[in-house]
Amino acid sequence: MAYTVGGKTVEADEEGYLVNINEWNEELAALIAKDENVNMSPEHWEVVNFLREYYAEYQIAPAVRVLTKAIGKKMGPEKGSNKYLYELFPYGPAKQACKIAGLPKPTGCV
Amino acid sequence: MAEKFETPVLGDPTERPMPVLIPGATADLKSYVAAPAHNEALGFPAQLVEDWKPKAIGLMGDLLSRYRSLQVFMDICVKCGACTDKCHYFIGTGDPKNMPVARQDLFRSIYRRYFTPAGKLVPGLVGAKELTRETLDEWFNYFHQCSQCRRCSVFCPYGIDTAEVSMAAREMLDQLGYGQKYCNEIIGKVHKIGNNLGLPPAALADTIEGLEEDIEAETGCAVKLPIDVEGAEVLLVTPSADFFAEPHVLGLIGYAKVFHQAGISWTLSTKASEAGNFGMFIGNYAQMKKIATRIHEAARELKVKRIVFGECGHAWRVAYSFLNTLVGPWDFLDPRYPVPQHILEVTNGLIANGGIKLDRSGNDNMVLAFHDSCNVARGARMGDRPGGQFVIPREVIKASVPKLVEMCPDTTHEKTFCCGGGGGLLTDELLEIRVKGAKPRMEALKQVVDSQGVTHMASLCAICKAQFTKILPYYGYDREMVVSVHQLVSNAIIMGNND
Repeated sequence: MAYTVGGKTVEADEEGYLVNINEWNEELAALIAKDENVNMSPEHWEVVNFLREYYAEYQIAPAVRVLTKAIGKKMGPEKGSNKYLYELFPYGPAKQACKIAGLPKPTGCV
Repeated sequence: MAEKFETPVLGDPTERPMPVLIPGATADLKSYVAAPAHNEALGFPAQLVEDWKPKAIGLMGDLLSRYRSLQVFMDICVKCGACTDKCHYFIGTGDPKNMPVARQDLFRSIYRRYFTPAGKLVPGLVGAKELTRETLDEWFNYFHQCSQCRRCSVFCPYGIDTAEVSMAAREMLDQLGYGQKYCNEIIGKVHKIGNNLGLPPAALADTIEGLEEDIEAETGCAVKLPIDVEGAEVLLVTPSADFFAEPHVLGLIGYAKVFHQAGISWTLSTKASEAGNFGMFIGNYAQMKKIATRIHEAARELKVKRIVFGECGHAWRVAYSFLNTLVGPWDFLDPRYPVPQHILEVTNGLIANGGIKLDRSGNDNMVLAFHDSCNVARGARMGDRPGGQFVIPREVIKASVPKLVEMCPDTTHEKTFCCGGGGGLLTDELLEIRVKGAKPRMEALKQVVDSQGVTHMASLCAICKAQFTKILPYYGYDREMVVSVHQLVSNAIIMGNND
C-alpha cells in the first residue's frame, strides 16, 4: 500500500508500516493515525516523538517498559503505565504507535 | 481498526458440541507472503519458481525419503475421525479443512497421486489429486492455520502428527519461493541481528540497565542482569520478547532474582539473545541447526558450565528434544546438570533445597489457573520423571501463590489446547483465526473464573503470553490477566539475606 501526503506518494508495506522511515513527517503521521482511528493529542505526539528519538539512537523501538518509564518521567507518574498507553493506542502501544511514528513493526513473540 | 469478525460465544468446556460445519469459513484468511528479500536471506528462491510443479513433486519425494514418519503418516490414516473435533481452529471456525484429517489430506491427496500405484492409475477412486497452482494457495492458507500444537496426535490411534505434515508442507512452499512473511522475516533478523525482535546489542544493554534500576528501586537489592560475562556458570537463553513485552519482562526479572538469591553466577549473551527457533515452524532442518549453532558458540565463547532456557514453549521443544542432535556434543558443560536445563527446573530445585525462599503473600488475592503450553506439554519434558513438564511448573506456582486451581481436564496436561497463536501464527493479519482458535482455552478459563474465582492465568511461553495479552479483551477479560510463571516467583521471592 501507499500513502499520499502533500502530493507525494509514500510507500508502505501490506499493513501500513512505512518502507522507508526517512519519508516520515508529521503530516504523514496524522494521516496514518486517522486510518487507525487514533485522534492525535499532545500526549500522542509525546509518545511518537519519544519513539522516534529512541529509534534514532538504537535502531529499534523501545521495550514497552522503557517507553512507559520515559512517558512517566515526561508526563507524570500516573501516565507511566501500560494501561495509559493502551488508552492512547488501543491496538497496542508497541505496534500502533510504531506505525504512526513511521517505524518498522516489532516482530517476534510480541 | 474495526473488526470484521465475531468473537465466538463461549460454552461449557465439559460438553463441547461438534462445531457446525461452515465450508470455506477461513479460506480467505491468509498470512502475508514473504517478500523476495525475506526469502533470499534464508537461501530460498525469491518468489514462486516457474517450474514449481516438477520441483514440488521432487521435494515431496525427498521429504518422504528423509522422514520415515511422514511416509507412515501418509499411508496409515484410516479416516476413523478421532481427530476431527480436536483442533482449536476447527472448533473456533467450523471450517472443515481445519479438521486435522482434512488438513493432512491436502498433502496426502497429492502424495497419493504421485507416489502410490493406485493414485497414479485410478486417482478419483483413492482421493488422489493433481497438483495445481490452486493447491499451493490452499496449502499456504491451511498449513498456516495449523499451530503445530500436536493435540490431534494425542487422540489419533496411530499417532499421526499433523504438525509434521504442516512442517513438511511449509518446507516445500519455502523451497518453491512461496514462504510466509512472519516466519521468514523473523529468521532473517536472527541471522542478521541475533534475535527475533531485531534488538541490537546497544538497545539490549540499555533495556537491561533499566531493568536493574527498577529491581533495585523495588527491592533494595542490586540484582544484576549480566551480559556477555565470560566464565559465568550459567548461560541463560531466553526469548527476546522477555526483553521487550509485558508480561514477559516480569518473568525475566523473576529469573534474575532467582539467580541472585541462589548465588548462581549467570550471563545473557548478545549472540544467543533468542531462545526461539522458528526453523522448526518452517520445517527446515538447516535453518533450525543454524539458529541452534549460535547457542553452542555462545556457550563455548563464554566458557559457561550450564545452559538454562527461559520461558519459551517451542524453544524448549527444540532444546530438550533436538539440541544435542542439532549442535551436540555438549561435553564441555558440567555433566552434573541436564543439558539443557529449564529455568523452572532450576527454580523448583532451589525451592525444594531451600536455596530460595518464597512468601505466597507476595501474590495475595490472586487465584491462578495454569495454561500448559503445547510444545512443553507434548514436545518435551522436565525433570527426571515422566510428566515432569506438568508437575514442575505447578509445584513452582503452588509455592508462589495462595491458590492454584485446575481447568477442565480435557484442556490441560497432554490434552492442553494451543493458545491460538503458536507455530508461526502470532501475526496481526491472522488475528481472526487467533481469536477464534482461542475459544476452547477461553471456555475452560471462563469456567474456573466463574466457579472458582480465578483471577489470573499463568503461562511459560512467550507466544502464549503475547497471544493471550492480545485476545483476552475480545472475550471480555483484562489483558493483564495472563502472567509469566516467574512473575509469580518474582512477587513471592524473599530478597536479601535469608539466613
